[in-house]
Amino acid sequence: MLRRGEGCRTVPLAGHVGFDSLPDQLVNKSVSQGFCFNILCVGETGLGKSTLMDTLFNTKFEGEPATHTQPGVQLRSNTYDLQESNVGLKLTIVSTVGFGDQINKEDSYKPIVEFIDAQFEAYLQEELKIRRVLHTYHDSRIHVCLYFIAPTGHSLKSLDLVTMKKLDSKVNIIPIIAKADAISKSELTKFKIKITSELVSNGVQIYQFPTDDESVAEINGTMNAHLPFAVIGSTEELKIGNKMMRARQYPWGTVQVENEAHCDFVKLREMLIRVNMEDLREQTHTRHYELYRRCKLEEMGFKDTDPDSKPFSLQETYEAKRNEFLGELQKKEEEMRQMFVQRVKEKEAELKEAEKELHEKFDRLKKLHQDEKKKLEDKKKSLDDEVNAFKQRKTAAELLQSQGSQAGGSQTLKRDKEKKK
Amino acid sequence: MSELVPEPRPKPAVPMKPMSINSNLLGYIGIDTIIEQMRKKTMKTGFDFNIMVVGQSGLGKSTLVNTLFKSQVSRKASSWNREEKIPKTVEIKAIGHVIEEGGVKMKLTVIDTPGFGDQINNENCWEPIEKYINEQYEKFLKEEVNIARKKRIPDTRVHCCLYFISPTGHSLRPLDLEFMKHLSKVVNIIPVIAKADTMTLEEKSEFKQRVRKELEVNGIEFYPQKEFDEDLEDKTENDKIRQESMPFAVVGSDKEYQVNGKRVLGRKTPWGIIEVENLNHCEFALLRDFVIRTHLQDLKEVTHNIHYETYRAKRLNDNGGLPPGEGLLGTVLPPVPATPCPTAE
Repeated sequence: MLRRGEGCRTVPLAGHVGFDSLPDQLVNKSVSQGFCFNILCVGETGLGKSTLMDTLFNTKFEGEPATHTQPGVQLRSNTYDLQESNVGLKLTIVSTVGFGDQINKEDSYKPIVEFIDAQFEAYLQEELKIRRVLHTYHDSRIHVCLYFIAPTGHSLKSLDLVTMKKLDSKVNIIPIIAKADAISKSELTKFKIKITSELVSNGVQIYQFPTDDESVAEINGTMNAHLPFAVIGSTEELKIGNKMMRARQYPWGTVQVENEAHCDFVKLREMLIRVNMEDLREQTHTRHYELYRRCKLEEMGFKDTDPDSKPFSLQETYEAKRNEFLGELQKKEEEMRQMFVQRVKEKEAELKEAEKELHEKFDRLKKLHQDEKKKLEDKKKSLDDEVNAFKQRKTAAELLQSQGSQAGGSQTLKRDKEKKK
Repeated sequence: MSELVPEPRPKPAVPMKPMSINSNLLGYIGIDTIIEQMRKKTMKTGFDFNIMVVGQSGLGKSTLVNTLFKSQVSRKASSWNREEKIPKTVEIKAIGHVIEEGGVKMKLTVIDTPGFGDQINNENCWEPIEKYINEQYEKFLKEEVNIARKKRIPDTRVHCCLYFISPTGHSLRPLDLEFMKHLSKVVNIIPVIAKADTMTLEEKSEFKQRVRKELEVNGIEFYPQKEFDEDLEDKTENDKIRQESMPFAVVGSDKEYQVNGKRVLGRKTPWGIIEVENLNHCEFALLRDFVIRTHLQDLKEVTHNIHYETYRAKRLNDNGGLPPGEGLLGTVLPPVPATPCPTAE
C-alpha cells in the first residue's frame, strides 16, 4: 500500500494529467523485455512429470523417460522460448531424475536443495558485483516447485514429508497428486484430507494463493481449499462427442483431462499460469530470496548495526571485512611457512642420519677390505715362502741329483763309449 | 486541445494464432494473462516520481509544474509566505504530494531550487544540487545493502530534471552550459525554454536550433540520451524528438479563460489569449505528453539502471580499491560454480 510520508498531502487534480497510462508504460516495457518463469518438478520416477508439463504448456518438450537405476538424485534442466500473442516467455523446467529410486533415501533431498541455493547464489553474486546488469540478467531462480505425490490413497510417504519440510522455506511448493485416475472419487477426498492434515501437523508451509486483492480473492480462496490438486496428464487427443479432447482411454471409459469432474487439471492451470504467475515470481524474489540473502550475509559476518547500535557505514564494514580477511591470510601464510621450515629441518636431520650411517658403513667395509687384504697378503707371503722353500729344496735336490748322475753319468758315458768301440 | 501522442494501451489478450520460436503450441495456454496480473500488482503498490526544476527565479518554474500536474504542487503553493526573499545560497526544497488518477496512485515529489543563478557570483552553484542528487543515490544504496531489507525501498532519487533556459533569443549562457555539463552525467536533464510567449515563431525555431547546436558542440547529452536507445523503434522515435522538438518552448499558466466556448488554461494579454495546450501557441502539450504519458517509466528506468548503477559502481570502487568488474565480496565469498545446474548424465 502506498505510504503517506510526513508532510505529504493528497492534492486534487483539476483535469486529466495522463499518468494513469503509467501501468501500461511499465507493462509494455516488460513485454518487450520478455518474462521468465522457472518450474521445478519433484517426484518419483514414473509419476508423469514430463507428461504433465507437456499437457500444461500444450507442447511436446524433448526428453526421454528416465530409468529406475540412477545411482543418485540428479536434476535435469531445459529452457524453452514460448510465445503467445505478443508475450514472450522464457520457460525453464527442471526435473528430478532418479528421485525415490535409491535404497537409502536419506540424502535424496540434498541435490534439490543445493540446486535451489545455487540459483539464489548466482543472483546474489550478480547483485553484489560492482558493475552489474541486473535488468538484463536471466533470472534462473525457481519460482514454483510442483511436488508430485504418488496416488497410494493412504497418506504421504516419509520421503515426501522430509523433502517438503526442507524445501518449504526456499521455494513456493504446490503439492499435486499425480496419476489421479488411479483413485476413485471417495478415496480422493479422504486422501486429500489426510495429506493436508499431515502437512499441517508437520509444519510444512505450502504456497497459499493470495487473497488480498479483491478481484482474485474469491477464486483463490476456493482454490486453496482444493489443494492438493489431483491431476492427470495426457498429450493424446481423442474424439469425444464431436470435439477433439485430450484424454486417456481405458476399456471401462475415457478420462478427460480438461473435464473438471474428472480431475483438477484445469484448476492447476488456472492457478499456476492464468492467475498467480506474477505473484509466484514476486514471492520468490521478496520472501525466499531475501531470506537466503539475509542468512548468507549474516553467515559471512555482516551486520547492520554494531553492539552500540550505531549503523555501520558501508565503507567501514567492507574495509573491516577486507582487513580481517587479509589478516587471516597472513596468519595462514605464517603457519604454513613455519610448518615448512619444520619439515625442512626434519628432513635435514633424517638425511644427516642417513649420511652418517653411510659413512660408518663405508668405514666398516673399508676396514673389512683391509683386513681381507692383509690376510691375503699374509697368505701370499706364506705361499711365497713355501714356494721359495720348495724352490730351494728343488735346486738342492737337483744339485744332488746332478752330482750323483754326473758320477754315474760319466760311467754311463764310459760304457756308452765302450759300446761304441 | 489536440493531443499529439495517443495514449498507449497494450494489445488485448485475445488468443491469436499462436506463433512459436522453439515449440509448437497446440492450443491456448494463457501466458499472456501475465500482463493483467502485472498491471494489477503495480497499481496496488503505487508509484513514486521525483521531478526537479532548476532555473533562475522568475522563469515560471513553479507555474509550469502546477500546469503539468494540474494541481497546486509547487513550493509557492504550499508555503505560507508568498513573498519570499531570494535566498543567499542555493536551497533545495522538496515537497511531496499524493495524486490519483484512474485508479493509479502516484507520490509526486517536486524539488525546487530557489537561489540558483541569482547571486552576483554564481560559481559552483550547481554543487548543492549535485550533492543533493548524490545524497539520494546514497540513501538508496544504503537501504539496498542492508541485510534485512525493506520490501519496497522508498525511492527519493531524482528521476527528471527540468532545466529552464531564459528566452534571450541569442544563445545559451555560460551558467547554463556549466550546469548541464556537470549534471547530465548524474541525472536525466530535459532542457526547456521558459516563457516562450516572448518569441515569435521564427525567433523560436532559430533559437531552438542554436541551442541544440550548442549543446551538441559542448557534448551535453540531455534526455533521451542517444546511447540508451534500446531498439530501432526507440531510436527513430527519440531521434525525432531530439532533433526536432527539443528543447520544448513552453508557457505555463494555472488560470482558465473562455475561448470559443471552451474553458482553457491560458494567459490573457491585450493582444490575445495564449492557450497553453494549443500546439500552435506553444509546446506545452508536447512536453507534458513526453514526460508523463510516454516516457515516465523510461525516465525512472534510466535513472535506476544507469545513473544509479554508475554511482554505485563508483562508490564501491573507491571503497575497497578492488579492480572493477570483480565481485565486491569476491575475496570473501567462495567462487560460484561455472554451470549453475548439474545435468543428468
